[in-house]
Formats: sequence, structure tokens, C-alpha cells
Amino acid sequence: MTFIPTPIVDEDEGKREIVDLQAKSKKRNADGTEKRKPHVLITIIMAIIALAWLFPLLGLLITSFRSKADVDATGWWTVFLNPFGQDWTFDAFAQAWTALDAGTTFWNSVAVTVPATVLPVMIAAMAAYAFTFFEFRGKEIYFAVILALMVVPIQIAVIPILQLFVWFGNTTGIQIIGQYPAAWIVHATFAMPLAIYILRNYMQTLPNSLIEAARVDGASHFQIFWRLIVPMSVPALASFAIFQFLWVWNDFFVAYLFIQSGPNQVLTQGLYTLLGQYGQGWQRVAAGSFITLVVPLVIFFALQRFFVRGLTAGSVK
Amino acid sequence: MGPIVSALISVVLGLGVSFLIFWLLNWIVEKTNDKTKARLLPYVFLLPVIVLVAVFLLYPALRTFVESFMKQSQRRGEGATFVGFDNYVSLFTDPNFISVLINNALWVLVVPAATVLVGLLVAILTDRLGKRREQSFKAMIFIPMAISGIAAAVTWRFIYFYAPPGNPQIYLLNAIWTGVTGQDPIPWLTIDAARVNSFLLMFIVIWLQVGFAMVLLSAAIKGVPEETIEAARLDGASERKTFFLVIVPQIRGTVLAVFVTVTIFVMKSFDIIYAMTGGQYNTSVLVVEFYSQLFSFQNPGKAAAVVIVLMIAVIPLIVYQVRSYKSQEELR
Repeated sequence: MTFIPTPIVDEDEGKREIVDLQAKSKKRNADGTEKRKPHVLITIIMAIIALAWLFPLLGLLITSFRSKADVDATGWWTVFLNPFGQDWTFDAFAQAWTALDAGTTFWNSVAVTVPATVLPVMIAAMAAYAFTFFEFRGKEIYFAVILALMVVPIQIAVIPILQLFVWFGNTTGIQIIGQYPAAWIVHATFAMPLAIYILRNYMQTLPNSLIEAARVDGASHFQIFWRLIVPMSVPALASFAIFQFLWVWNDFFVAYLFIQSGPNQVLTQGLYTLLGQYGQGWQRVAAGSFITLVVPLVIFFALQRFFVRGLTAGSVK
Repeated sequence: MGPIVSALISVVLGLGVSFLIFWLLNWIVEKTNDKTKARLLPYVFLLPVIVLVAVFLLYPALRTFVESFMKQSQRRGEGATFVGFDNYVSLFTDPNFISVLINNALWVLVVPAATVLVGLLVAILTDRLGKRREQSFKAMIFIPMAISGIAAAVTWRFIYFYAPPGNPQIYLLNAIWTGVTGQDPIPWLTIDAARVNSFLLMFIVIWLQVGFAMVLLSAAIKGVPEETIEAARLDGASERKTFFLVIVPQIRGTVLAVFVTVTIFVMKSFDIIYAMTGGQYNTSVLVVEFYSQLFSFQNPGKAAAVVIVLMIAVIPLIVYQVRSYKSQEELR
């Protein structure tokens, strides 16, 4: 179930064998053109697809470095014709930083995202432990409910949760709406089904004998969970955490409804406002988008392997 | 420095409180030594989930269901009255809502299928390349997965937007259109004939999701036992035959799983349509309609009815999820 990086396979050899990239290309040259041709063709096709895929983002990047006059006068793709005749500038980033109020919204995004990632992972891990290593009545039914909830659209719960928060604020005097915990609770709840599902799938692959041995040695379930299962489940925990982090960081809907505009606004909300002001120049909007993209892209590239492993662990049997 | 400090304090407080909960649970668990109490142990582990899901998912869902049969009073502070199926009737007799349903059906029909097909194509092609090329192409296709719906909307505005004739055509699609045909630019996102605008929006979501499909399908293709492919080759099967008769049947499960996951995502995706058109020009789908009923039209009862319709629409997916889980369990 875990993601195993597959070695390069030379299929024509008749059996699987691992060849490193250099050896492979050498072999190709010696072997003649018959095998090279399809690979060159596939490389070209893939290069075209990949470039087409990145093309829209390239437009965003180029626009963010242009001046308003240039952006209004010509399409971004024209810079390729005359790359040195452009007013390349970082101005848009400075403007967008101010317009996004990034000095505040960035930290708000951090304050929303970190607990909204850590909490569901820990809570779901406990539940996954119970679903994997305990026998109790109704276990199958509870798990079926979790599976069903994976599909349920969050919109079904949104209005009553808002009402609940308002009621809570009126009775206790503690206003939750507009504060970080509102987003934490909502994100944690909606992440729960998928998190439990992925973590349980992973824990099922852990050797049961190990847990039994620990039981015999007199360890309590809580000790087993913290000392044994959590450390052993780090790959699954990490991959879900990355997934959740990206999801929450990029979220607009929950922030829009539960944080609302105010001092605790997050980056995506700032970007949405900025998007409405495109009359003041597209370069600001483009630069603003890139400011919001930095964290997810860094996380994504740094931890890509974990991320991919988690995705495949969840659904590939 | 102010925002950093307050953000930091909230994070520490939030995490602190939750670890306190863990510690409390631990304390309870330590107290449960005799057998009768040990039977409660699984529920102690499940307690946080049960509380969260019950209070913030199941109870609200029930409330929404009830709400869909109510009508909120026009005056503030006055309660709601029971109106039976009125909200549903007024939805289904509204041609706009029928249009929303058609859109939603199109999204569900087109996006998952297209995503799986393109993802499969990329997975197959990259599978035949060297490791380094495979990795870099995959990373490029995967990047859109990491960006937010709002940022994706910004990105695609540079392609789909409209500048009136006479102005410089700085948006790609219209630049191509005017360049090739010599005609006036077209406000693409407002063209609902043949749902052109909806299809343009679908393209964005496909662009976002292909990376996900590719990763899973690629892993599945690599998981196909080499012997089965080898056997087919020895029997003289062509590349194409090997693919459709040997590989495809073995990755069927993953294809279905990807299909369902993308369908779920499509049913819930709100940001793109909201940021591109706000649901205007006949591009609305159920989740966007929910939002407009709730906030633009101030009609929570009708909004609740929209969500219940959405809920009914996803029931087949729920059945599929539970069933496929059960058949997996039997295999174990």
C-alpha cells in the first residue's frame, strides 16, 4: 500500500532490471535507433503537454514583473518577442504586499493553518487506533458512517454551525466567529473522515504481533499509541498533514464564512479582495497571487515525496 | 510585530488546549484498570472525534434538513415558520434552478471523465521515460494541485477575460480569436449558448485535478505485475492489446477510486466559479447556488433546500464508498 519508487525498467530486455540513467542512455546509443525513437517522441509529446500545463502560471509570473503601462498595452506573451525592451519591475510585489495587507494576513493564515493541521491529525490518529486495534460493538457501523461522511458536502453544516457559534457567543459572551478557533474547529471536523480513513488504512499494515507483545509486557493502550503507533505511523501522519496544510492554506470558503472580513482575515481573502480591484492593474493581482503561492509551493516541492506517498496510500490497494 | 505575536499566541494556546485534552484522556485511561472500565477504552480514544462529528457535522446536517422546510420571517428577530415542501417547490419550478441542475450534471459528467483520461494518458507516457524525465514532467503537471482556487481563478482570468474591441487584446483567448478570425473579441465567460462558459470553467478544474489523477494512476500502472505483461507479449499481443486487455483490467479499481474522488471534489468546489463569474451568466452549480440563496437572496430556508438536493445527489457516491470498503474488507 505504501508508495515504492519503481526502478527504471528496460522492458525490451525481457526481464526487469535496474539501470541507472547514464548507463541507460549509453546503452541506447550502442543499441541503435530503434529503441530511441519512441522515447524521443514521447519526450516531445510530454514536453508539449507539460509546457501547456505550466503556460497559464507562466503568464501569471511574467505579468507580476511588468509595469502597469506594459500590462495594459500588450499581452504577457509578447515579452518573448522583446524581452529586453520591457520595464521589468518589482513594484507590483510591493503594491500587492500592501494591498493584501500581507504583513497581517500572512500570519493569520499561519495561525489558522497550523492548528487546523495538527489537531485533526492527532485526533484522527487516536480514532484510527481505536478502529484498528480495538474490538467494540458497532465498530463497523461507526466506520461506515465515517466513510459516508467523506462524501457529504460541508455546505450542509455551514448555517447551523454559524448559528451555533452565534448562540454560544450570546450565552457565554465569547464570540467565536471571526476568531481563529472557528476555522480550526470547522476544518478539523471536515477533515476527520478522510484523515481517519487514510490513517486506519496505514495502521492496518502495522504488525499486530508487535502490539500484542507490548500488551503482554504490560503497556497500556495509551502508551502503545504514543510510544509505538504514532512513531511508526509518521509517514502516513506526515502525508496527511501536508495534504491538510495545503487544503487549509488554500481554502477560501471556510475563511470567508467563519473568519469573515476583519482583523483576522487570511491570505486567500486578501487575494479575493485584490482580485476585485483589477482595475488598478493586473500586475498587482498577479503579484498578489504569487505571494499567496509561495508557502504551498515550497511545502509542495520540499515534501512532494511524502505527499505523493500519502495520496497513493489512501486509495491504491 | 503585533500580528506575528498574536498569531503565535493563538497557535500555542490552541495546541496547548488540545494537548491538555489528550492529557486528560490519558489520565482517564490510566484510571481504567479493571475490566468493566476497559470496555469503555475504545470510546475514550474515539471521544474527540465523536464530539466533533456529532456537534459540528451530524447535528448541523439535521438542522439543515429541518431548516429546508422552514421559511425565515422577513423581519429580524422573528422566528421561522414551517412551510412544508414550499422551498423545494419554488426551487424546482424556477427555470434558473433547473439550469443550475443541468450545469451540475454537466460538471459531474465531464470533469471526472476528462481528468481520468488525461491523467491516464500522462501516466502512461511518463511511465515510458527515464526516471529523471518522468519525475520532472510529473512535477510540472502536479504544480496546479498546490495552488488555491482563487489563485487559479486569477491565473485563468488572463486567458478568458474580455477587452472591448479597439482596446489592446491582453487576454490570451481573445488575442488568439481576434488574431486568427479577424473578428471582434468575445466576452467568453458570458456566453452561455451551448454552455460555453461552463465548459471553460470546467477546463480550469480539470487543469487543477489531472496531477492528482496522474499520481494515483501512475502508481497503479507500476503496480501491475510484470509477468502478466510479459505473458501477453510472449503470446504475441500488440502494445495496444496488452494495454487494454492486461493493464486496464488490473488498474480498474484505481481508475474508479480516482473517478469517485474527483466527482466528490467537483460536487464541493466553489472557489473557481465564485471567483470567475460569481455564478452569473448561467454558470452556477449547487454549491454556488447555496451561497447566493443564503447571502445574496437572504433566504436560508431555500439555501438549506439546495444543500439537501446536493446531499441527495451524492447518495450514490456514499453507497459506492461503503460498498467498495466492504468488498475490500472481505478480501483481507
